[in-house]
Amino acid sequence: MNAVRFDHVSKAFGALKVLDDISFEIPAGRAFCLLGRSGTGKSVTLRHIVGLVQPDSGKVFVEEQDIATLAGRELAGVRKHMGFLFQNAALFDSMSVGDNVAFPMRRHTNMSGDEVRERATKKLADVGLENDYDKMPADLSGGMKKRAGLARAMALDPPILLVDEPSAGLDPITAREIDELLVKTKLGGTTLVVVTHNIPSARVIGDGFAVLQDGRMLANGTLAALDASDEPLVQTFMRAQGGG
Amino acid sequence: MQQVSVVDRVGTGVLGAFESVGAIATFGARAFVEAARPPYDLREILRHVYQFGSRSAPLILTAGFAIGIVLSMHTRASLERFGAESLIPAGLAMALIRETGPLTAGLLVAGRVGAGIGAEIGAMKVSEQIDALEANAVDAFKYLAVTRILALMIAMPLLTILMDFSGIFGGYVAEAAVSGMSWRLYFERAFSYITYSDIIPATLKTIVFGFLIAVVSSYLGFTTSRGTEGVGEASTRSVVMSSMLIILSDVVLVKIIFFFYPAVSG
Repeated sequence: MNAVRFDHVSKAFGALKVLDDISFEIPAGRAFCLLGRSGTGKSVTLRHIVGLVQPDSGKVFVEEQDIATLAGRELAGVRKHMGFLFQNAALFDSMSVGDNVAFPMRRHTNMSGDEVRERATKKLADVGLENDYDKMPADLSGGMKKRAGLARAMALDPPILLVDEPSAGLDPITAREIDELLVKTKLGGTTLVVVTHNIPSARVIGDGFAVLQDGRMLANGTLAALDASDEPLVQTFMRAQGGG
Repeated sequence: MQQVSVVDRVGTGVLGAFESVGAIATFGARAFVEAARPPYDLREILRHVYQFGSRSAPLILTAGFAIGIVLSMHTRASLERFGAESLIPAGLAMALIRETGPLTAGLLVAGRVGAGIGAEIGAMKVSEQIDALEANAVDAFKYLAVTRILALMIAMPLLTILMDFSGIFGGYVAEAAVSGMSWRLYFERAFSYITYSDIIPATLKTIVFGFLIAVVSSYLGFTTSRGTEGVGEASTRSVVMSSMLIILSDVVLVKIIFFFYPAVSG
């Protein structure tokens, strides 16, 4: 079964065409990396998956359900199956870091207060923030916010995890730890959709890859297929940062 | 050519104003519908009631006390001419409870809480926190707007009662300084002409003020754009629009109160 499927999706914001006839599918339990230069529609692709943006034409299927046709409880039901790490983490700044991670558990489970705290602490420990439960987001560095956002996205162990630039702003050691965590999550059966500029990371995490340029899909396939691509931009990307 | 341009601009402005009023009315109507549907987020509503109350209470108490003193001085100056100083407490209490208290409390809360709601929701909008709520399968409209609207509808009458009593106390302090009147006598005289039909409709009309402040501020927060500049604008417009709506709606509400309670108008 496909966890996510894009079927000829196009999207424009005013005169700016962000996605142009994009099609791909991601089998459940696989990791799909979206690559491309800044402003090429990668984040908008993720927002389509979670239903924050509707396509102008084409369809987006999540667990074989057309996300654009869902609303209310049906949409919430599908969203509960997804975790989303935003590009800027988007932590709730009126809550502590721990409460941010605990938020989905408090909203969507019947866990007791102690269980929620214990689980949230465990999730924070997974990203190396076990000592920062009571800190406010404003007190964290950019990289720490990113990790806290990842902990929140993984709070309910969702079957689909959408991750927007997970290693941006992280030091190389922490970035590698996050990569390892994502690989471990994938091996646990979670489908990953990862937007990244970090090619070495993508090589570690990804099973399938796509390169976007000006809203169009320049290449889509396995690592070997992309490494063998004749497309100059794809070659540049795949050879970037010591990759390839 | 210049005339056409002015007409165009005025027309665009008027249409824009109608569009905003329509959008805010739709927003308010949606809040009513969503408020009736579970889940009810009682904890969040109570948290906001406490937050709005604790944020506004010092301002309300101080302003009420000062207004009570000023009203007492004016009432004394007027009633002294007719030798009716004994009516000062009743006149002041009547003015405060029927109109000055509710209206002033509404305007103060619009400034204190309305600005806060507009800025808070606006900041959440521009920093993608509202999107994060939606992505976490939480209805952001219900979680952010409906809870605040209900909370302010609960908090507003309570703050008005606080305003009334602090004003009456301010009036007593002013009166005691001039005439040495005891608190007990002042209190008895203040409430000698006041009936429930003076207190209840005037206090309950502030539920409408609370609704208007929270709906307008939440709407402007949700429609914020252009980063921090937009957040500042949402905050300022929340105060201006909700203050204006409070004053306009007060005219209608007073007319309605007079219709249902003819004794109040007499």
